[in-house]
Amino acid sequence: MGEGLKVKTMQDFMAEGTQPEILFWVGSAGSYDDRAKKISRAFVKILNKANVDFAVLGSEESCTGDVAKRAGNEFLFQMQAMMNIEVLNGYEIQRIVTCDPHSFNTLKNEYPSLGGKYEVVHHTQYINELIENGRLSLEGKAYQGKRITFHDPCYLGRANKVYDAPRAVLQQTNAELVEMKRHKKTALCCGAGGAQMFKEPEKGDMDINVLRTKDALETNPNIIATGCPYCNTMMTDGIKAHEKEDKVSVLDVAELIANSI
Amino acid sequence: MQLTTYIPNILFVMLLALGIGYFARNVKKLIRNIKLGTETDTAGDNAQRWKNMTMIALGQTKMVVRPIAGLLHVIVYLGFIIINIEVLEIIIDGIFGTHRIFSFMGGFYDFLIGSFEILALLVIIAVVVFWIRRNIICIKRFLKPEMKGWPKKDADLILYIELVLMFLFLTMNATDLQLQQMGADHYAQTGSFPVSQYIAPLFDGMSMATLIVIERSAWWLHILGILFFLNYLYYSKHLHILLAFPNTFYGKLKPNGQFDNLKAVTNEVKMMLDPNTDPFAAPTESGGVEEEPAKFGASDAMDLNWIQLMNAYTCTECGRCTSECPANQTGKKLSPRKIMMDTRDRLEEIGKNIDKNKGEFIPDGKQLLDDYISREELWACTTCNACVQACPVSIDPLSIIMSMRQYLVMEQSAAPSELNNMMGNIENNGAPWPYNQMDRLNWVNE
Ligand code: SF4
Ligand code: SF4
Repeated sequence: MGEGLKVKTMQDFMAEGTQPEILFWVGSAGSYDDRAKKISRAFVKILNKANVDFAVLGSEESCTGDVAKRAGNEFLFQMQAMMNIEVLNGYEIQRIVTCDPHSFNTLKNEYPSLGGKYEVVHHTQYINELIENGRLSLEGKAYQGKRITFHDPCYLGRANKVYDAPRAVLQQTNAELVEMKRHKKTALCCGAGGAQMFKEPEKGDMDINVLRTKDALETNPNIIATGCPYCNTMMTDGIKAHEKEDKVSVLDVAELIANSI
Repeated sequence: MQLTTYIPNILFVMLLALGIGYFARNVKKLIRNIKLGTETDTAGDNAQRWKNMTMIALGQTKMVVRPIAGLLHVIVYLGFIIINIEVLEIIIDGIFGTHRIFSFMGGFYDFLIGSFEILALLVIIAVVVFWIRRNIICIKRFLKPEMKGWPKKDADLILYIELVLMFLFLTMNATDLQLQQMGADHYAQTGSFPVSQYIAPLFDGMSMATLIVIERSAWWLHILGILFFLNYLYYSKHLHILLAFPNTFYGKLKPNGQFDNLKAVTNEVKMMLDPNTDPFAAPTESGGVEEEPAKFGASDAMDLNWIQLMNAYTCTECGRCTSECPANQTGKKLSPRKIMMDTRDRLEEIGKNIDKNKGEFIPDGKQLLDDYISREELWACTTCNACVQACPVSIDPLSIIMSMRQYLVMEQSAAPSELNNMMGNIENNGAPWPYNQMDRLNWVNE
């Protein structure tokens, strides 16, 4: 499945004595989670197609510590952050792209005061940039006539006010974009943030992801587009809870674009 | 002139001094309680802060996100501010025994009184709609468990006070108009009365003496009501009419997703990562000896920083945060409004303790954690920032939740066991799952 993907590590670049244009921060989910790995591969397919000279850290990458911080473990977060910063600064990294809004947020906002100052972009912003610069062109046939609704990830949207890039990119697929009643600033969380992904929810009368997929299903979509590996898992499970998995698929923006080139 | 002529003036000055004095005492207490919080970094673009305060507190930009409630609130708010110009006149009249001292302004005075009257009518309408929303339509966010008891009474009481004040104002004007038309002494022809002229006929046929009694009573009750209201603020969610200004000024400027990095932790982590650090080098590097904090995170109100405490006093209990909270919407115990109300209640309790014990807090065996806010609430938060986004006065309930989680995890090692597993994995494998770090790149070839 991964045939043909060209992925170089920072070590490779070091050996060649060159610097990549950008570092792809894969993140723990993107590296190990079966569903999220597909998103990483789709994004690399795009990078390859646009001839982007990018690198990954491979085994030198470690968890950003974001999830530990949200759980309240500031020690563990700062340990992780400082170890990562040492590696990143060692390679003189300038620019980072990631498919995970949680990594995006912490690298962009919380690493600088610990000594890690980089320009950090989310993959939807980067894909948008590639399209605008004419480095990537889409055939735009795969999803023509389909209805797509985009679920705003909290850590991309409310946390960092990035609302337009994912929508601009999705527009390129020629699908019909439909908005949920609550979107952008008022989008409902998928339920995974704040370390909830790693624990059972507290007692209540519904799971948050089931409520959020209800919002999505009200738009009568063929596809729910996500921009976060955790949202993707949550929405996929939510669709199953509504027994709609035959009719509606959940795909990352990167996958939708990778299928359109 | 006899001394007795001055009795009303003296009485008025005394009441005024009493009302304002008591209010000043409460303000002092309020400031003392807020200062019980820890220091926090308030650096940041001041121009932006002024802009936020002007837009959000003065301009009410976040109120109108919900158009109906927003519009009604703007009316009551404008009414409140503008009608207070009238209070200035009342105070001057009260002290010097004059009547409608500002009437020398002529046409402009007519315009002022006319607009106050129209505003008063609009306020009455808005207040009635507010009451209906709370008591007849029963909008969901006003009925959550934390709104039982005093908060519910407080909300209704404010509406009643506002209603009574507006009626007194209009009665005062209506009888004044009658007296003006009778040509009574002291009641010169002035002002325009677009609303109270329709109330005036109610007083037709009354004697001048009766009218003067009614007019004076309404005047006195109106100003007494205002002094009462001023002193009621401290005990009420209505404190927001004052605190909304500093609170929006000091509201978060950084992106919502950016949580502070605890400095005390940074120092320790630096030492841990570099065992060769000269223990004397670290403090000078960061510019002076830093005090070791008593603890990480917060288990009680004074562990929070002063902005978090000011947030608690500013909360309007509107519940916009709670109605947007994903945890609350799915039946979890967490309600960001309750977090703010609990923090204020606990802080008040601490303040009373200090008052009782001559300026010193004697431990009372209680704390914010567990006695007010349960762990179940804290762990239900997804850190989604919906509450922060929704708050019309820039309160950050999430930051208090985070401070308390920090205490639970770093001081008590009391995270839910699944989270302990996750954190153990990060420590050992550099990922929240138990995978080998060497396999990080396997995804490429799968
Ligand atoms: S950040 Fe936490 S408390 Fe605030 S709305 Fe989201 S889940 Fe609720
Ligand atoms: S925190 Fe803000 S949104 Fe929530 S109840 Fe208080 S004032 Fe309203």
